[in-house]
Amino acid sequence: MTVTALPTSRLLDPAARAEREFALTDAPPVEATPVPLWRRALDSSAWRQAALLALLAALWEIAARAAGNDLLLPTFTAAASALWEGLASGELLQRAFISLRLLLQGYALGVTLALGLTALATSSRWGRDLLSSLTAMFNPLPAIALLPLALLWFGLGSGSLIFVLVHAVLWPLALAASAGFAAVPETLRMAGRNYGLRGPRYVAQILLPAALPAILSGLRVGWAFAWRTLIAAELFFGASSGQGGLGWYIFQNRNELMTDRVFAGLALVILIGWLVERLVFSTIERVTVRRWGMQR
Amino acid sequence: MSAVLERLDAIDTRLGCEVCEAGGQAAGVPLAQQARLRVEGVSLEYRGERGPIRATHRVGFDVMPSERFVLLGASGCGKSSLLKAVGGFIAPAEGRILVDGRPIDGPGPDRIAVFQEFDQLPPWKTVLENVAFPLIASGSSPRKVALEQAGDWLARVGLADFTSAYPHQLSGGMKQRVAIARALAMKPRVLLMDEPFAALDALTRRRMQDELLALWEQERFTLLFVTHSIEEALIVGHRVLVLSPHPGRVRAELNAQGLTPAQRAAQANRIERLLFGDPAAVDAISEPVAAERAAALT
Repeated sequence: MTVTALPTSRLLDPAARAEREFALTDAPPVEATPVPLWRRALDSSAWRQAALLALLAALWEIAARAAGNDLLLPTFTAAASALWEGLASGELLQRAFISLRLLLQGYALGVTLALGLTALATSSRWGRDLLSSLTAMFNPLPAIALLPLALLWFGLGSGSLIFVLVHAVLWPLALAASAGFAAVPETLRMAGRNYGLRGPRYVAQILLPAALPAILSGLRVGWAFAWRTLIAAELFFGASSGQGGLGWYIFQNRNELMTDRVFAGLALVILIGWLVERLVFSTIERVTVRRWGMQR
Repeated sequence: MSAVLERLDAIDTRLGCEVCEAGGQAAGVPLAQQARLRVEGVSLEYRGERGPIRATHRVGFDVMPSERFVLLGASGCGKSSLLKAVGGFIAPAEGRILVDGRPIDGPGPDRIAVFQEFDQLPPWKTVLENVAFPLIASGSSPRKVALEQAGDWLARVGLADFTSAYPHQLSGGMKQRVAIARALAMKPRVLLMDEPFAALDALTRRRMQDELLALWEQERFTLLFVTHSIEEALIVGHRVLVLSPHPGRVRAELNAQGLTPAQRAAQANRIERLLFGDPAAVDAISEPVAAERAAALT
């Protein structure tokens, strides 16, 4: 037997194979199989969250019954029924209304000031330095720490509360918004200037929408800060003329040792914060930045 | 379409008259022979950590109307900076830039740029609104007309079915098509393209180059195109300006029009030699170029 004398490299090469060429045919369309309802339900995180909440409530109930001290830790069912009674009698709703009205005033003023400060910071270097030194000083300062001073200046009443609310909203929002403006891509800026956009039109049509994800997250943080600051401030005194908000409701009921009502008030504070987060901010995000693919 | 072209012609004549009345350098020269874009001895500088850094040094070239002019060079040759200077985004440290014989003054809608980055399209506007955006923003068309024109242009780049999509739903090639449609809808005096296909895959890039040339056949726009690919420069350009890096200086200005495949390959070799070595060979080549330029100027 003789082996043909091929060079070794040829021996190691893969064997040559026939070439192939096809005329393209239409591929059959993919059949859409509907996802069953239970599958979609299982995939959504809502039911898992609900289950976790139910578990926590059950743990609370067990712990409260084991402790057996209504003054320190009322049961979950007692707190729930106090909440229900409060809502049904309209007292809690009225208190919440007082708090929210005050909150909106302070929030609106804070947002206006924050956007003004951001505009100043984006348009000049002095403004930018002013913003960075102010936020560095005041952002870490808890708004509630200013309350004694506010009481001195504005007296007992809504003026003081609005002052601390503005402080709570202003700095985080101004910080987030100016970071958002700074992060607008250079190409997008050049495109805007390319079309002859200048001054306020440039800000409104390019910078503002491009910075919207950051502004929205600043509004969100500002809202949470304002809400917790307001409730904390109301623990000091009622909003005005003896008409207190939710914080005052919690404080009063603690004084009267009606702990279940204290829990009911706290639950409503949480509930309102959660609702605003879910209904307002999540909705705005869904129809804007998520729809535009600027945020996942 | 023809109505639009007629209007463009009208604009052309009007501009020509203005130049004549202004007694510019173009007096007596027919508009078609006058440079649409003239870059005269432009040096660009960046502020670096240790003093200014020169990006380009006394670069000059002319772009004729309906010419496809390519700036070619490796990174660091200042080709993108030159394009940004023509766009009005960077002020030259030295020299001047003229469009239709008049010095430019900042960015303007007569020089629309297409960039490499996909984020040049505002993500909050649909594809249709994106194309209509400069028309509305620059006040060149009322909203309704602008949206109609935008629709026409999207159809011409093959995106008629995607008018209501948002940019993030498109592929990279489609995004660049939107940017090109947006630029062409403005009918700019000079279209600026800064490596528009560099972020695309090689197959898509080939198709986009063909589509750009097809659009040019229809519209005959004046194009300033920046690339680092010799192959792309020879496909896209009528004329290629070869730039050397650090700082960017003109190495050569070559023709790329009507080349046979063999000539194109030879031209590519020549550009490689110009950029990478053999100075003796380069001198021999640059003489005919100099003669040609001299002939073009007289």
